[in-house]
Amino acid sequence: MFPASRYSAAKAHRCIRALKTVQLEHAAPQQYTTINRRASSSVTTPPITTHYTIHSRDKDPRWEGIEMERFADEADVVIVGGGPAGLSAAIRLKQLANEQEKELRVCLVEKASQIGAHTLSGACLEPSALSELIPDWKERGAPLNTPVTEDVFSLLTEKHRIPIPILPGLPMVNHGNYIVRLGNFVRWLGEQAEELGVEIYPGYAASEVLFHEDGSVKGIATNDVGIAKDGSPKDVFERGMELHAKVTLFGEGCHGHLAKQLYKQFNLRENCEPQTYAIGLKEVWAIDKKKWRPGRVEHSVGWPLNRNTYGGSFLYHLDEGEPLVALGFVIGLDYSNPYLSPFREFQRWKHHPSVAPTLEGGTRIGYGARALNEGGIQSIPKLTFPGGLLIGCSPGFMNVPKIKGTHTAMKSGMLAAEAIFPKITAENPESETLGLHVPEYAESLKKSWVWKELYAVRNIRPSFHNYFGLYGGMVYTGVFYWICRGKEPWTLKHAGLDADQLKPAKECTPIEYPKPDGKISFDLLSSVALSGTNHEGDQPAHLTLKNDSVPVERNLAIYDGPEQRFCPAGVYEYVPLETGDGMRLQINAQNCVHCKTCDIKDPSQNINWVVPEGGGGPAYNGM
Amino acid sequence: MSGRVLVGVKRVIDYAVKIRVKPDNSCVVTDGVKHSMNPFCEIAVEEAVKMKEKKLIKEVVVVSCGPQQAMETIRTALAMGADRGIHVEVTGKDYENLGPLQVSKIMAALAKKEDALLVILGKQAIDDDCNQTGQMTAALLDWPQGTFASELSMEGDKIKVVREIDGGLETVKINTPAVITADLRLNTPRYATLPNIMKAKKKKIANVKPADLGVDITSRLEVLRVDEPAQREAGVKVETVDDLIARLKEAGRI
Repeated sequence: MFPASRYSAAKAHRCIRALKTVQLEHAAPQQYTTINRRASSSVTTPPITTHYTIHSRDKDPRWEGIEMERFADEADVVIVGGGPAGLSAAIRLKQLANEQEKELRVCLVEKASQIGAHTLSGACLEPSALSELIPDWKERGAPLNTPVTEDVFSLLTEKHRIPIPILPGLPMVNHGNYIVRLGNFVRWLGEQAEELGVEIYPGYAASEVLFHEDGSVKGIATNDVGIAKDGSPKDVFERGMELHAKVTLFGEGCHGHLAKQLYKQFNLRENCEPQTYAIGLKEVWAIDKKKWRPGRVEHSVGWPLNRNTYGGSFLYHLDEGEPLVALGFVIGLDYSNPYLSPFREFQRWKHHPSVAPTLEGGTRIGYGARALNEGGIQSIPKLTFPGGLLIGCSPGFMNVPKIKGTHTAMKSGMLAAEAIFPKITAENPESETLGLHVPEYAESLKKSWVWKELYAVRNIRPSFHNYFGLYGGMVYTGVFYWICRGKEPWTLKHAGLDADQLKPAKECTPIEYPKPDGKISFDLLSSVALSGTNHEGDQPAHLTLKNDSVPVERNLAIYDGPEQRFCPAGVYEYVPLETGDGMRLQINAQNCVHCKTCDIKDPSQNINWVVPEGGGGPAYNGM
Repeated sequence: MSGRVLVGVKRVIDYAVKIRVKPDNSCVVTDGVKHSMNPFCEIAVEEAVKMKEKKLIKEVVVVSCGPQQAMETIRTALAMGADRGIHVEVTGKDYENLGPLQVSKIMAALAKKEDALLVILGKQAIDDDCNQTGQMTAALLDWPQGTFASELSMEGDKIKVVREIDGGLETVKINTPAVITADLRLNTPRYATLPNIMKAKKKKIANVKPADLGVDITSRLEVLRVDEPAQREAGVKVETVDDLIARLKEAGRI
């Protein structure tokens, strides 16, 4: 309908949004396929994946004669990811360089179109790491505008709220913390970094790790641009660029795609437990001024989740002029019922009698979702390897009961910078490999308050894996954390990979979710539109499948296609085949909000999320 | 003739972002919202760079009017292949009131100052949909205009422009110097790749104020109020024609 152009005409840009809606409407998104329909057919699976990471370009005749040489540049340090960890590392490096009057080229690449656009979090920030990094943050205008004034914790039943006293010493005490819009905080960090001379390149995604001949990490390459949806090169095709560095820091956030490759390459996970995750969905609302209580922090557990599904809600009242609240729902991805839809649990929670009145008369102004780590200290991998190291939520330093990971992510970035700096500025760096190995980073992390904090809370999350579920976990927390401060001599294990926890659909009951009312709860598509997410349409889908026939043959047949329910952006849909009987998986890659849940929870571990063309993805504003 | 082309680019809210009106109904929320170069301006830059690559012109100068952030838009154009930039600094209330008339006065002044052969603009901006700046610039300069261009070719010192009009396509031949506005099908803009962004840092961006160009940017328009479009209400189904007539009468429509 529209000629091949990156954008369409002025009035038609509204049509693009309508087109997106039409595309998804035809499959009636609120009615999911049930097992009653014949799940597979004798027709061969239509090809889905065209990405070059699955279908190599080496032997592809369409790529013959295309110039594949890449422009390369050298820096001292390259940082992948412009989040709290990456930016803190960059800032610390430049602070040290300026103090000691040394030249240092620090380059940071970020896949979002601007710093902060892919950042999503509650968030209650503990300012400990920030005060260490930038002691005069207040004078510099850091957007920490809302000190926590009230802290409320509840256990919800379907109609009631049971308040639970927050005794001092419990992990969720928030005194001294600030409610922040993390996207705005990250944007401010980006400005601080640029002032110090860090080269920040938003809109360019690191898509490949580069290696020296000796196997150490040489740097990264940014994404190629101008590949058509079918995998062939377009006229505007251009290769990405190589950035070489003495050390590369990987701060991709929870479940980074390059980190996934590095775990395999350097066997970083051989002595730790698999990481476990949760999905966090969030909305920002402008509410009625009368309902607004700036500085109020509310958390709840219980309804609508059953006692064996880990999760809960948050609702924070921001104090930034307009009466805004940030609210959301977190669900552990070790849930077992494939009929569970995190998005719809979130929407129905908002109708609870203790939540709905706050939202009545308000307007929803933002929506988004992101996976977060729950593994704690048991799941931290080996952090360093020749030529690079892992920082932030990528290896995973989140304090789960506190639900805070920003302060530890920032501290890990700072410690990384402090460990690297002497090595890269040394006159004669002694190194066995071309890429520098900096094991000092891991050592200093283990001696820091990050490790002490994570050690103390290590048993709280795994304590939920008992018959009493939530209640057992709360008793354990009360006894062993509040009284014993986590000093018990044992360390509980997690239950294994989140992807292995789903039970087959026939062993579970479908959940009856209420229809969205359009005032407090909403449908998926209008929510996705509010995230501002978009991608260049004519590119291979970045949700790649290792095997195109597994979704229908396994995910749909055994688990009734859980990806149609756990994706918070409506990327996955099972639609009837155009000819004959049976279903096929349709991937609406343009809707993706980069949350990584599919890569984590796919029971067949068939979905491999890779980075799309830089600049694509959500356009969060202060989420 | 200088062989210089002036290209105007505008920084607008990205087309995929959901717009929100400020609670005081004064304007649209722009703080922290994702912005990008107007899609038609990208096409204009691409066309100018293509002409330079074909050696039809010598230099591409890109211009943007706005606050500090407009520099990012100019850098993107420089990364696409423009040679140098001019940032016309307009901030605060002045920027909120900056409209096609003021911008065209600025473009006209710069076209004279830079001795431009061509001024290429996007046909319209996706935030205000005015579709006026190109036409006004041509009028102020008393230059011919080729608007809604879907194809351009230089023929000696004239330009042949294929224009997209309501009835189809119209081909005109105009003298230079001239003003061109780019329509969708003129070309497919190239990506601003990272090596080019790095190189663009070394290209010059001059900073000028409208007063330096002798341009008065006071607006003759005052925005009274901005509202979101009315919510679309549910339709009503009727069983018979009589029912329909009765309902229409009720609603005062007939």
